[in-house]
Amino acid sequence: MKKIRIKWWHIALILCLALVFFSPLASSSPDGLEKVAEDKGFIEEAHEAPFQVIADYMFPGIENEAVATILAGLIGTAGIFVITYGAARLIRFGKNKKATAAER
Amino acid sequence: MHIPDGFLNVATVATTYTVSAGGLGYALRAARKKMGEKHVPMLGILAAFIFAAQMLNFPIAGGTSGHFLGAALAAILIGPWAGLLIMACVLILQCLIFQDGGLLALGANIFNMGLIGCFSAYFLYRLTTRFMGDNRRGLLIGSFIAAWASVFIAASSCSIELWASGTSPISIAFPAMAGWHALIGIGEGLITVAVLGLVTAVRKDLIAMERI
Repeated sequence: MKKIRIKWWHIALILCLALVFFSPLASSSPDGLEKVAEDKGFIEEAHEAPFQVIADYMFPGIENEAVATILAGLIGTAGIFVITYGAARLIRFGKNKKATAAER
Repeated sequence: MHIPDGFLNVATVATTYTVSAGGLGYALRAARKKMGEKHVPMLGILAAFIFAAQMLNFPIAGGTSGHFLGAALAAILIGPWAGLLIMACVLILQCLIFQDGGLLALGANIFNMGLIGCFSAYFLYRLTTRFMGDNRRGLLIGSFIAAWASVFIAASSCSIELWASGTSPISIAFPAMAGWHALIGIGEGLITVAVLGLVTAVRKDLIAMERI
């Protein structure tokens, strides 16, 4: 049986996911741009999104806001890892194929 | 500083989409040329960390909050083109799934926080480490300056887009955006230095990979 060796990024990914559990403690004050838009009177010009999936980092249908935020954060963090890791793998795979083709 | 839809006019939307698309095309080509085995997990981890950390808004002053951007961290660790790819992936996911940042404003958001953020940070990081020396101290001071400036310059770029779109005059938008983000940039600098300090302490080899 092949033994799984723990790599640095396994631990790093766990730390990133653990970070999400602090998200309910995040400040809910407007961010820099929102604050400027409020103060300078152009916040009403913002349009609502035409569709909503996990809007405002709250998983829909969950009453407890902290749980909804953590769940949204875990999905996003794991999702973006899979997407970028996968994309990087594909780019690397394409590079190898091109390199071997050039060698021939 | 994720711009929602409604703040930008058609010309600004078209211009920023074009520039960002061109930048991403070039970034993909650069990545195809240089992507090594070590880059693959680093790309994924940087994106995951940036997404998670961006959810953690910290209060600054006067009922305003800021959050980590991550463009500088990515550009310093893996290079500005790969950093742009990471920022674009994060921003696209935030826009499509989390309704953070508008669909039409996505080009501008990738332009400000990806292109401008990564390249201003990378340039200043290279410049400061050249003067400070390539040791740990120089690296950390250089990354603080690069991280602070990346947020400040990206926010200034955002204020120029607001002005170009006729949303807010430059004399109002620029000092307001630059002022708040000069404060948010301090948080950006501290987080970037903390992460790079940790990386240099436990896995020094990760900071020495080829930049894309």
